[in-house]
Parts: sequence; structure tokens; C-alpha cells
Amino acid sequence: MTGSAWLDLFLAIVGGAIRVGTPFLFVSLGECLTEKSGRINLGLEGVLVFSAMAGFGAAYLSGSPWLGVLAAAGSGALLGLLHGLVCSLPRVSDIATGIALMLLGTGLAFYLGKPLIQPQAPQIPSIPLGAWSASQQVQSALSINALFPLGVLMALGLAWGLKHTRWGLVLRMVGDSSDAARALGTSVTAVRVAATAAGGCIAGLGGASLSLYYPGSWNEGLSSGQGLIAVALVIFARWSPIRCLGAALLFGGAGAIGPALQSVGVSGGYYLFNAMPYALTLAILVATCSPRQSLRGAPMELGVSR
Amino acid sequence: MSTATTAWREHAESVLLPVLALLGALLLFGAWVAFGGVSPVDTWVLLFRGAFGDSFSIQNSLQRAAPLMLTALAVALPARAGLIVIGGEGALVLGALGCAALPYGLPGLSGMWGCALVLAAGAACGAAWLGLAGALRQWRGVNETISSLLLGYIAIAVFKHLVEGPLRDPGSLNKPSTLALNESLRIASLPGLDVHWGLVWGVAASLAAAVWLSFTTSGFAVRVVGGNARAARLVGLPTNRLILLACALGGACAGLAGAIEVAAVHTAANASVIAGLGYTGILVAFVARHNPWMVPPVALLFGGFGAAGSLLQRRLGLPDASVLVLQGFAFMLILGSEALRGRLLPAARAPAARATPHVQEVTA
Repeated sequence: MTGSAWLDLFLAIVGGAIRVGTPFLFVSLGECLTEKSGRINLGLEGVLVFSAMAGFGAAYLSGSPWLGVLAAAGSGALLGLLHGLVCSLPRVSDIATGIALMLLGTGLAFYLGKPLIQPQAPQIPSIPLGAWSASQQVQSALSINALFPLGVLMALGLAWGLKHTRWGLVLRMVGDSSDAARALGTSVTAVRVAATAAGGCIAGLGGASLSLYYPGSWNEGLSSGQGLIAVALVIFARWSPIRCLGAALLFGGAGAIGPALQSVGVSGGYYLFNAMPYALTLAILVATCSPRQSLRGAPMELGVSR
Repeated sequence: MSTATTAWREHAESVLLPVLALLGALLLFGAWVAFGGVSPVDTWVLLFRGAFGDSFSIQNSLQRAAPLMLTALAVALPARAGLIVIGGEGALVLGALGCAALPYGLPGLSGMWGCALVLAAGAACGAAWLGLAGALRQWRGVNETISSLLLGYIAIAVFKHLVEGPLRDPGSLNKPSTLALNESLRIASLPGLDVHWGLVWGVAASLAAAVWLSFTTSGFAVRVVGGNARAARLVGLPTNRLILLACALGGACAGLAGAIEVAAVHTAANASVIAGLGYTGILVAFVARHNPWMVPPVALLFGGFGAAGSLLQRRLGLPDASVLVLQGFAFMLILGSEALRGRLLPAARAPAARATPHVQEVTA
């Protein structure tokens, strides 16, 4: 490859990191919030698919992409609420319920989304951050989803809120010691249900950025496990919203390597490159987990960090 | 007398709860289709007719139940050892790949022994895959639920890479496939039926797993590990080995399911193998409460729903995802119904609930 081909490849990966990373960012922030309350939502994959469908449908029917974004966030919150409520029943495991939510969310989305496969919906506008450059590649790489800055703000806001507000303190307390929370008269169940619903709402924004920006249509193969990877991403980010941002970009970049290589004419191993994010996730889990102690930064009540 | 009554009540509940949850799921599904203007009664009638209405649909249900039994065991066996492994889909896909790939290396394979060998290759691939999830959990502390799902995605990528690349039959134009299995390596139908021998494999594996867990020392040890891993370590059980064994056996079942799909249905490994059988198997295992004795009947029920799906599509114009929705409702309600355990039959609860004070879980 020549020098300019390398540059094109690099730009394609950077652009892809933001484009592919945006859904990752929202889903991982949602998961991070939920897990901070001491509960895991393995079903964000279902939330993501369902909210992508709902957002696309609402945008198609109303003609406004922003109403679609609202619908996606709302439906994500509803599914999150369902997960939160079912997990609050005695003897119900949150991991198993997450698997059920994954199945239910995708099932409902495929059922309701059948008539949405053909039509085109209005898209979320993009912000041309690369307008200063004359190069076509730079412009297209830096033309970013309008939801991405929102996600960055949300990561910063969550990090600040968890540390400096009363709500954040209560949330962390419930996640670290439900006994302490109970002793202080806080309703553990209410906080966890609220955190799960809010997490679903944020993940719903990720769904909207899948169907209303990239790849920009609704079909049944839209999500390829982003919701699930988010769970691992949060572990990688050690439950810090800021690090979630970095992790999402890293994973977006890994996911963009395959298409980027293809765009410069390297097509061998297409599927293997597409599986990069999963392999990377697994490698990170293997490298960071330890059988002897729970992870640093993990909420103490969380079952998954054993 | 009281212990006998309690035991009886527990048994009654463990049958009643799933049955009620499934009925609830059917009701909810009826309400769901009614929203779309479809008659729920027609839907229920068609569900039943499509699943068990005549001999054709019964055979269709049995055919679909066969791989579900095996993929359900891939969840149930590790679950009895205390692990929630849900990577059955990946193990199945690799099993299919292993089965289809073996004749590339050993071109002379044929006959019954050849068939046994390709099935064994499939089972071995599945066992290695889920065994890996178990090993990562025991030696590296990686959560097995997440790792097994990730391994599933990786398995599907490897499958597609090999089937569309190095192992591709140049003759398969529209649908990339491996070379078809030699005629003598394929699995035939059961005599007089339109159901292949995979059904026998599924039932036999379920029974073998049930006997293993209920009546053998190592099976009992696995259940002890699943009940309380710390206690198991304290009494000197080889926890790691037992967990690995349960995972590998589960993976072998799912791999066998994939191999049977290739040898009996598709004749070559191609994208048709990736049909979500592993995911439905998770549901079957949870409804059966990870009890291998219960796996065949539950698999038959969900195989029946799957068989009825196309009928719903043709007669009522419902989307093909209807079955997924029904499964989702059933899964949620099955899990939610656990909350009613001990309360369904009122007299059963008091003594047990009183005897144990509220103890918080001590550090794991």
C-alpha cells in the first residue's frame, strides 16, 4: 500500500470509530448507570433492537428524526422498567431476566418492524466537523452523528453527577451496599428500578443512532451484539462513564477495521475482521478479570464481577 | 407427615408454575395479536393444529424438537454446576462446521463408522468451545454468560469465513456451502416416519444426562458444586474439573445438534444452520428448570410452536417473528413465576420460611 492508501485507511478507521462507536457509547453509558445500582441488564441487546425499530417507525410516521429519537429513548425506558420490575421480584435472577429481555425485545421489534423494512425515514442530521479541510476523505470521516456530542456530554454529566450529587451518592450506595441503603431508609428496589429504566432510556438513544444515522435503515440484522458487548465494555471501563467514552471509540475503531480495509481494496477475512470487537472484548476480559478478587471499581452488589 | 406433604407440594408447584406461566404467555400472546386485529381464538387453535393437529404437524414438531433437546442440555448441564452458559448457538454452529469439515481431511470416510466419526467431530468442537467458557470462568474469573455469548459471535464469524472461503464448494453459487456429505455419511429417517434419527439422539442424550445427574457419583458431585461451590471445595471435590466436565458435556450436546443438522437436514454446512436453535434451547432449559428429565417434553412443546409459526404466517398473515414474541412472553413469565414459589399452595410456605432467618449473603 502507498502512503495515501494508509492515510485513507486511517481516516476511514477514525471516522468509523465515531460512527460505529456512537451506539456503543450510549449502550455502555446505560449499562454503566444500571450496574452502578448493583444490577446488571444483559438484555440491552433487546432494548437496542427494539428502540432502533421504535425510533425508525416514529421518525417515518412523523417525518421528524427527533421525534424518532424521543420514541427510541421512551421505548428503551419502558423495556428497562420491565427488566427492573421483574428483577425486583423475589428469587428472580437478573442475568436470566436479561436473557429473556434480549429474546423479547428482538421478538417484539421484528414483529412490529416487519412493515418498516422497505421505507426510508428522515435521518438525524450530521455535523460537518471536517469542513475546514479540502480533502474529501477528511470531510467524510469527520462528518459526525449529531447524537455523538450529546453522548459525550452525557458521559461527562454522568461522571460528574455520580460523584457530586446526592442522587449519585444514593445510587452508588445502593450499588455498593444494599444493607447500608436500607439502614438509611432508602428503598433499594425503587432506586434500582429507576436506574434500570434510566439506563434503558440512554441505551434507547443508541438504538436511535443505529436506525436513524448509521447504517440508517431498519432491518433485522441491524444490531450485531452491540448491546451485549456493552456489558463487557463497562467492565473494561471499570464502571467509569468517562472511560466508557474511550472504550466505545476503541470498539468503534475495531469494528470499522473490516469495512475500512474493504474500502481500500483488501477483502480477505471480511468476517474475521467483523468479529474483531468480540475477540477484543474477550481478550480484555481475560486480561482484566481475576478469579481471586472482584474487579477494582466494581459495584460490590454486582453479581457479574465475581 | 409434614415433610412428605411439603415434598409433595414442592413437586406439585414445580409442575404447576411452568404450566401456569405458559398459559399466561398464551393469553398474553392472544391479547398481543388481538391488538393487531387478529382473532386470538383463531391464533390459539392454529397454534395447536400447527403443532399437534395431525400426523404431519406432529412429525414436524418432533423434527424441530430434536436439536432443541440437545441445545437445551447445553444450558441445563452447566446450570446444574452453577454456571449460566448461553453459548449453545456458537457450539452448534462449530459442531456443524466440524462435521462438514472432517471429510476434507479424511476423504475416505463412509458408512456407519464414518457417520459416527463426523458426529463425534461435531460434538468435540462444541465441547471444546463451551469447555473454553468454563475454563475461562474457573481459571481467569471471566463471567461465563458474557464469554459464552461472545464466543458464540466469534464462532459464527469463523463459520462464515471458512464456509465462504477455504471450505467453499465451488459449485454452490447462490448459497455458499461446504461440499455435501457423502451419501453414506448422512443420517436417515426413522423407519416409517418423516423424522430423522436425530430425535433418538436428543431423547437418549436427555435421558443419559438425567441418569448421570440423578444416579451417579460424579453427577451428584456436579450438583453439589452447583448448589454451593464453596462447600464443595471444602469437602474436597475437584470443583474446577467438575465444572469443566459439565460445560464440555453441554457443549458436546450442542455440537452434536449442529452435526445432526448437517448430516440429516442440510447435507452441508451453510447459513441455514444458523437459525437460532441455540437461543430457543436456552428457553427450553429454563422452562424445564434445568432438569434433563423435563427437557424432551418441553422441547417438543417449543418445537411445536416453531412448527405452528409458518401456519400462523400463512393463514392469519402474522409476521414470522410471532413465535419469537410468544417465546419472549413465555421466558419472562417463567422467570417471574419463580416469585410465586412457595405461595401458590398456601400451607407449604410457613415452616420453611420461618426456619431460616434473614441472612445476608456473606462475601463470595
